[in-house]
Amino acid sequence: MTATPTMTSATAALRPAAFSARDTGLSRLIRVLRTDWLAAAGLAIVLLVIVLAVFGQWIAPFPAQGLGETSAATRNLAPSVAHVLGTDQLGRDVLSRIIMGARPALVISLVVVFIAAVIGIPLGAIAGYRGGWLDDVLMRVTEVFQAFPPLLLAMVTVAILGPSLFNAGLALAIAWWPWYARLVRAEARSLRDRPFVEAARAIGVPAWRIVSVHILRNCMTPVLVQATVDIGAVVLAAGSLAFLGLGAQPPSPDWGLMVAEGRGQIFTYWWISTFPGLAIFATVLGFNLIGDALRDLFDPRQVKR
Amino acid sequence: MTRLIIRRVGSALLVLLVITLVVFILSRVIPSDPAVVYAGPKAPPEELARIRTRLGFDRPLPIQYLDYLWGLVTGNWGDSLSTKRPVLLELGTRLPATLELLFAAMLFATVFGIVLGVVASKRPGGVADGAIRILSIGGVSMPAFWLGLLLQVLFVGQLHLLPATGAFSTQTQYLHPIANVTGFPLFDSLITGNFVAWGDGMTHLILPALTLAAYPLGLIARMTRASMLEVLGQDYVFTANAYGVRSFMVRWRLALKNALPPSMTIIGLAAAYALTGTFFVEVVFNWPGIGQFASTAMLSVDYPSIMAITLLGAFGYLVANLAVDLVQARLDPRVRAS
Repeated sequence: MTATPTMTSATAALRPAAFSARDTGLSRLIRVLRTDWLAAAGLAIVLLVIVLAVFGQWIAPFPAQGLGETSAATRNLAPSVAHVLGTDQLGRDVLSRIIMGARPALVISLVVVFIAAVIGIPLGAIAGYRGGWLDDVLMRVTEVFQAFPPLLLAMVTVAILGPSLFNAGLALAIAWWPWYARLVRAEARSLRDRPFVEAARAIGVPAWRIVSVHILRNCMTPVLVQATVDIGAVVLAAGSLAFLGLGAQPPSPDWGLMVAEGRGQIFTYWWISTFPGLAIFATVLGFNLIGDALRDLFDPRQVKR
Repeated sequence: MTRLIIRRVGSALLVLLVITLVVFILSRVIPSDPAVVYAGPKAPPEELARIRTRLGFDRPLPIQYLDYLWGLVTGNWGDSLSTKRPVLLELGTRLPATLELLFAAMLFATVFGIVLGVVASKRPGGVADGAIRILSIGGVSMPAFWLGLLLQVLFVGQLHLLPATGAFSTQTQYLHPIANVTGFPLFDSLITGNFVAWGDGMTHLILPALTLAAYPLGLIARMTRASMLEVLGQDYVFTANAYGVRSFMVRWRLALKNALPPSMTIIGLAAAYALTGTFFVEVVFNWPGIGQFASTAMLSVDYPSIMAITLLGAFGYLVANLAVDLVQARLDPRVRAS
C-alpha cells in the first residue's frame, strides 16, 4: 500500500514497456473502476449527464418551461412534490431547466474540446516531429496564447465579439488549443527518435504517414486523459462566462446563467441559484474524477495506490 | 543564475510586447464603433467624426499601434468609455483591494494545501487520503461564483455570522476612516492602529478569500501529496527510517523539504489562475477590486478598460510564471543547468 523504496526512477522508466499495447484502454479502465469507487462515482455522474442530454425532453417534467416558457401562476415556489427543485422568478420549473440545460452544456464542451484538439494535435505533432524553425514559430505562437490566463482570454474575446453561446464556444476553443499543441508536441518529440519511428523512416514511409500513424497513435493516451479533464473544465468555463453575462443569453437553460438569474434573491429563494450551480459542480467533478483516475493509471511516475 | 534571470526576463518582455500587439489587434476588430460607445447612441455624425479624430481612429493602424505603445509607456492608457476617467487611475485605485484578496486566499490555500498534502501522503489509499482527495478534486471542480453564493446563504443568511458583501461596512467607513498610507486598506488600517476598521475589514475578507482559495487549495494539496509520495519512496527516507528517526521528523522536515519545489511551481500557477477567479468572487461579494470593474467593462464594451485589464492579467500571469521558473532554478541546480 505504501510507497516502497523499490519504486526508483529506474523501474519507473521501464514501466511503459511493461504494458503491452493491447492492455491499454477498456480492460484497464474496468479494472480501475472496480477498485476505485470515486472514479466509478465520477463515471456514474457523467453517464447521468449524458442520459439527460440525450433524453432530456422526455425526462423533464416541464420540458417547455425548461426551454424558457414562463408560467405566472407558479413563481418562486419552494421545492415541493410538484416542483421538486422549486420554480424560478418566471415560474419555470428549476429541475426541468437543469435537465434541459444538460444538452447545451455537454454539446458546447464537446465541440470546444474537439475544435481545440483538431487544431492543436496536428500542429503539435508536426512541430514535434519536424523540429527546426517550424517548431520554433509554432511554440512562440502557443506561448503568446498561453501568456493569458485561459478564462481571461475567452472573456476578452467574447466581450469583443459580443456575448452569445456561439462566441463563447469560439473564444474557449481559441483559449484551449495551445495546450493540446504543446502536449502533443512534447509526446511527438519523445517518440521521434524511437526505433520504430526510425525504422519507418528507413524503409521510406513518407513523413505525413509517420506523423499521422506512428506518432499520433502513440500520443493518444495523454490526449484522451487531457480531453476528459478539459470537457469538465469547459463546462465550468462556459458556465462562468454565462454567469457574467458573457455566454448563453436568456431564456436558454444554461446552468451558469440560471445561477446569475437567481442571485438577486439568494437569501429568500435560495433554490433558484443553488441547484443549477450544483449541476455545474457535479458535472465538472464527474469528469475530474474520471480524469484523475486515468492520470494515475497512465502516468508511470505516480506511485500506485 | 544572473544570466538565467536576464534571459528569462528578456523573453518575458518579448512575450509582453507581442501581447500588446494581440491586445491592440483584438481591440480593433470590435464590431461596435467605439466612438458610438463613447458619445452615446444618439450622437450626431459630426460629433462622432470629432471624437474619432480626437481618439485617433482616423489614422493608419501601425501609427495607432505605436501611439498605443507610447501611451502604455508614458502612463496614458486611455480613458474608460463608461466612467470617462483615465483607465490607469481606475485600475490603480482598485488594484490594492484585489491584491489583498488574492494574497489572503493564496496564504490560506498554500498553508492548508501543503498540510493536507502531507497528511494525505501518510497512508495513501487511507481514509484521510480519500477525504483529502475528494476535497481537492472538489475544490478544482467548484464554480467560484456558486461557492460564494452558498457561503453567503450559510454564513450570512442562516447563521448571521459574517457580512455578505463589500470590503468594509458603511458605518466603519464614516466613523473610522482609514488613513491612506500605501493604498492597501487592510494594511493601512493595521499600521495606523485603526483596529476597528481592520477587524471589520478582516470579517469582510473571510468569505471571499475562502471562496477564492478553493481552487488553489485543491491544486496545491494534490501536488504536495504527489511529490511527497515520490520523495518518500527515495533511499534517503528509507535510510532515515532505518536509523529510527521519528516519522514525524522524516515526514515534515526531511521529506517535505524536497517535496516543496514542485509544490512551489503549482503555487505560482494557482495564483495565476486565482487571478481570473477574482473576477467572479468580486462580482458575488461586491468587492471593490479590479475583477468587478473588469466584468462591468466587458459587458459594456468599454474597450480601453478591456485592453488594460487584459494586459494587466497577462502581465500578472507572466510574472507568476517567471517567478515560478526562477524559484525553481534557485532551488534546483538541474533546472539552472538546462
